[in-house]
Amino acid sequence: MGVYVPSVELIARVQAGETAAIGRLISRAESGLAEARGALARIHKLAGRAHVVGVTGVPGSGKSTLVSGLAQRLRTGGDKVGVIAIDPSSPYSGGSILGDRIRMSDLSADPGVYIRSMATHGATGGMARAALEAADILDAAGFGVIILETVGVGQDEVEIVQASHTTVVVSAPGLGDEVQAIKAGLLEIADIHVVSKCDRSDANRTLTDLKQMLTLGTGGHEPSDRAAPVIGTSAVSGEGIDELLEAIARHRDLTTDTDAGLARRQSIAEFRLRKTAENLLYDRFNAAAASASAKLAGQLMRRESDPYTLAEELLSTTLEREGDHERDVHSKSA
Amino acid sequence: MSQPIRVLLAKVGLDGHDRGVKIVARALRDAGMDVIYTGLHRTPEEVVTAAVQEDVDVLGVSLLSGVQMTVFPKIFDMLRASGADDMIVVAGGVMPDEDVVSLKKMGVSKVLLQDTPPQTIIDTLTRLVEERGAR
Ligand code: B12
Ligand SMILES: Nc1nc2c(ncn2[C@@H]2O[C@H](COP(=O)(O)OP(=O)(O)O)[C@@H](O)[C@H]2O)c(=O)[nH]1
Ligand SMILES: [Mg+2]
Repeated sequence: MGVYVPSVELIARVQAGETAAIGRLISRAESGLAEARGALARIHKLAGRAHVVGVTGVPGSGKSTLVSGLAQRLRTGGDKVGVIAIDPSSPYSGGSILGDRIRMSDLSADPGVYIRSMATHGATGGMARAALEAADILDAAGFGVIILETVGVGQDEVEIVQASHTTVVVSAPGLGDEVQAIKAGLLEIADIHVVSKCDRSDANRTLTDLKQMLTLGTGGHEPSDRAAPVIGTSAVSGEGIDELLEAIARHRDLTTDTDAGLARRQSIAEFRLRKTAENLLYDRFNAAAASASAKLAGQLMRRESDPYTLAEELLSTTLEREGDHERDVHSKSA
Repeated sequence: MSQPIRVLLAKVGLDGHDRGVKIVARALRDAGMDVIYTGLHRTPEEVVTAAVQEDVDVLGVSLLSGVQMTVFPKIFDMLRASGADDMIVVAGGVMPDEDVVSLKKMGVSKVLLQDTPPQTIIDTLTRLVEERGAR
């Protein structure tokens, strides 16, 4: 691209589906540049047509492989597919090795599939901060289905459900005795359950265990129509992919122009709003606290005051500054 | 909060030597960079598509199979065609000196061959991205 292209000038090119422009605007969103805010606001208005499917499960459960299979099948139906694959950053260095693309190499020559890898950069919940902005950008670029792959590893790693229209939870056989969805606290968030690697002999047991767990949740009764379906898939044989796509389409219908769908969209919006505010707060706090905290820490060390009192003081000195913090934060990232 | 440097590391063609690229990947991660690894046996086209979608600061190609003089021209052609000519391209692996000279002329910013200490690779990429400036 050569010289710095203002973000607003990227909008039309994003709408035209130009890969480099999409990529660059996502990067600007990731770095939280103030310069990109206006463009992202416009993009947000243009977005809203895509169906966002979240895919989560413990590491190694087969998410990336499944996403690749799903995207390939969706492509034969003509949809452009966006994939946002999120992996954790190293807590030690802040860096990451993002390897999801290795499993998606069947897609890599198809211009109708856009894959973007993101690291969490310290954000909790398994969702990279800019993932939702990236989804908007792909949406505005005409990608009809957007798949968010996130690592689900614990009770509080369930943000994906609050961002996607349909959530798929993947469990694999042979990763321990128990179904991982249960261990990881992902049981309740699934709209659809997948047991992956069904070419393996131990998959049946995982399927049975999972179905049993879901029935227990309904007090022993047979699951109702509304209960999350359980689908076995295999990347080796291709089994279950069509069934999964049908289940996703059914869930999409159930949540389009219905009360349930409206409630879901309301909660997605609420989540997004709070998350964005939380991120702003986090940035402002960190930018401002750096200098103030050293001095207050001295008082704490000498036990001249207590942690709560000093923390309140730190909060009030850092958050009362107005107007200039935005520039502070973003001039550092430029 | 400054963004980590984004790097895509690629192996192209039949070249199955992946020890070096994996060492480089870990070193860059440990230096705080986001490293996208696309695995073995990619085509130049796949590598460029991935690099442009990922909008990486640096595209790093590891080659120990001797095909650098056919691979890099294709990579640069496709980067230009994609409108991504501001991407920094570096190479590593095993290649003769005369090829290193030609590759630099073609636009490869740096060629880092066998026995390059990881810290040198980290410093080189950091400097190249700094010199490029905001984008
Ligand atoms: C180990 C090795 C193998 C192993 C590979 C194991 C593996 N999974 O990696 C095995 C035994 C499988 C193998 C097989 C072959 N090998 Co071999 N192999 C080597 C050897 C001895 C060492 C390579 C190595 O791992 N070095 C250690 C790593 C850490 O170093 P490195 O890869 O160079 O990486 C460093 C730098 O180059 C740099 N770097 C690397 N990538 C990148 C990327 C970027 C972006 C950056 C910035 C830096 C960077 O950073 C690293 C750290 O300094 C070399 C000889 C040599 N001196 O290099 C021959 C060599 C590479 N092999 C060679 C050959 C011919 C083969 C075979 C064709 C042999 C055969 N006839 O079967 C096969 C081909 C296999 C295939 N499909 O590609 C030749 C290649 C000749 C050429 N280029 O013209 C070499 C040079 C030996 C020789 N002198 O003839 N090989
Ligand atoms: N046998 C079998 N292996 C699979 C299947 N899907 C994925 N795998 C393997 O499981 C491992 C993890 O897959 P990956 O998609 O990277 O999982 P992720 O970490 O959840 O994204 C890889 O070695 C895959 O090859 C499948 O359907 N059958
Ligand atoms: Mg994965």
